[in-house]
Amino acid sequence: MHFPQYLTLMQKIGLYCLCGSAWAGLIFLMLPILIIIPLSFNIEPYFTFTEGMLALDSDAYSLKWYREIFNNEQWILSIKNSFYIGIMSTVIATILGTLAAIGLSNSNMPFQRLIMAALLSPMIVPLIITAAGMYFFYAQLNIAGTYLGVIIAHAALGTPFVIITVNAALAGFDYSLVRASMSLGASPVTTFFNVIVPLIRPGVISGALFAFITSFDEVVVVLFLAGPEQRTIPRQMFSGLREQINPSILAIATLLIIVSALMLLMIEYLRRRGEHIRTGERS
Amino acid sequence: MPSVILNSEEILRSKKAIRRKKQIMFLFAAPLLVFIVVSFIIPIASMLYRSVYHPVVAELLPDTIVVLNSWDETNDTLPDDEVVAVFSRELHLLAHERKSGSVAEEINRIVPGSASLIKSTARNFKKVTLEQLPISHAELVEVNIKWSDKKIWRAIKASGIVFTDNFYLTALDLKRNASGDVQTRDTQVYVKLYIKSLKLALYITLLSIVIGYPLAYYLVTIPTRTANILMICVLLPFWTSLLVRTTSWIALLQTNGVINSMLQYIHIINEPIEMLYTQFATIISMIHILLPFMVLPLYSVMKNIDPSYMRAALSLGAKPLPAFMRIYMPMTMSGLAAGSLLVFIISIGYYITPALVGGTDGQMISNIIAFHMQSSNNWELAAALGSLLLLIILIMYAIYDRIVGVSNIKLG
Repeated sequence: MHFPQYLTLMQKIGLYCLCGSAWAGLIFLMLPILIIIPLSFNIEPYFTFTEGMLALDSDAYSLKWYREIFNNEQWILSIKNSFYIGIMSTVIATILGTLAAIGLSNSNMPFQRLIMAALLSPMIVPLIITAAGMYFFYAQLNIAGTYLGVIIAHAALGTPFVIITVNAALAGFDYSLVRASMSLGASPVTTFFNVIVPLIRPGVISGALFAFITSFDEVVVVLFLAGPEQRTIPRQMFSGLREQINPSILAIATLLIIVSALMLLMIEYLRRRGEHIRTGERS
Repeated sequence: MPSVILNSEEILRSKKAIRRKKQIMFLFAAPLLVFIVVSFIIPIASMLYRSVYHPVVAELLPDTIVVLNSWDETNDTLPDDEVVAVFSRELHLLAHERKSGSVAEEINRIVPGSASLIKSTARNFKKVTLEQLPISHAELVEVNIKWSDKKIWRAIKASGIVFTDNFYLTALDLKRNASGDVQTRDTQVYVKLYIKSLKLALYITLLSIVIGYPLAYYLVTIPTRTANILMICVLLPFWTSLLVRTTSWIALLQTNGVINSMLQYIHIINEPIEMLYTQFATIISMIHILLPFMVLPLYSVMKNIDPSYMRAALSLGAKPLPAFMRIYMPMTMSGLAAGSLLVFIISIGYYITPALVGGTDGQMISNIIAFHMQSSNNWELAAALGSLLLLIILIMYAIYDRIVGVSNIKLG
């Protein structure tokens, strides 16, 4: 750090403290995540570094836990389920959420505030309450313990994120573009797909990513609502952590970290694109 | 001021046009509204209804409940013999349908230990014909002496009430005594747990401020390019599965985990410290999970504060610390409020992390709700506890809406 010369010693110490506590915070955030990665290559079934690992002995590392995952039917099923349920619920959440956000962003929308609060409520209500309510109700409809039930539940949990991101993309949306398109003879459907959608696309995609990660990461509703057939990755990890702790969980965790890093990169890219579209700059 | 006066037809037409626009906009939101109401709001509402509507005994013993209603339980007499006859007939029927267990379970909740009485009596009735069933107290007492206790009859009458506030009383550690007055229970369980959950949520929120505020401030003072790179350290955890983050805390805090073995390796401690399955484990891993929710709103508020305010204050002779407290801090209040409320709301209803790392004293209210759902099968109590939790959250949400505005939530 470079300090201006007029600072007193006390002020310099203060700035060092600020700097130090900020870095401590950053390390606190990152270290627990980074530490998982080397531990997943441990040849021993422990959750800690062995002496061999510290000495960087290549015999202390192995891919055995990764092999274990891909040879285990339960893990394979849960990986398939996570993607299937995640993608299906994302499609539902994105379509319904985008339409609703377009309606809600318009000043002609009746009961705007009330409807907004109702539509965002799945984000606020604690998952345990959501799960309990759905468990009773979906059982009566005979969709508890089915893919349909879990997909509907996850779609409901994902929609608030789509509404928020699309809403943000629509902030400052110029409705005269819609009027211009219609007055030039385009049908409402053409206007929607050729005028509105291209402008809000980054918002829609990042909303979809949020909806996907919400489903991909969700475990409480799955715990109550899903049968053994619908086990997802987090559900499998949850029972793994409760029953037999074993480093294959660390291996799957490492894979999930890679997934989330990819998600993060995509979101950042979309955010920048969204800014360009709004401000009209081109990079 | 010159004004254009519309004739009535034009007013009508413009009103019609506005109404049409409203209808179209409503049609956009309608599919999602229907979807959320059916898949989310109705399930939760029906669960809340379950916490006050409890027809089990009234459905299983309908006639008994009707005849018991004419019995004044505050009197020191047993109900009429007619009640015994009706009750025996209905229990006989239930025993044959194998449904007497649920009655026993319900009555047992009011008078602990009475389940075995009802079950054994039901078994007894199953063996005899309708004509042999007891029709008076004298005969019923021969089956089991405990039936002479007025407590049991009171419990049956009480459990027959379809709309009840009993589960809320239990959830608040209250009960109704024999004369119908509300009094506190001897052992306080749930209120204590609510207070503990609120306390844990408060600790987590305060510690998140302590860690998050300097972090966000540091990120806005350094050059944007560096800040964008360091921002990854905040965003990557935000995007990482919470199961992954909980797993890593288990790996760190275990008895033979990373922290203990490191400390032993460098001889700071000789015996491993028990850190996992404690309140400490719940707090530290939840701070780790929720810290991004504090840093991100703070960062976005701080980024929009013009640094020249601080410079002006300093150049006019203010000392840095007072200048910071009186100029900078008040401007970050909206971000601080947003982050704090968000962290508090999320942490109060947390289930997964306390369940995995909390042990017994790191449990929160959600865990006891899950327990009543899954293990003790007392769904009505779970619903009552859940609706009280929901009430707390909705109050916080209303405050959040007031201060921050629900539609101003930003992501990423």
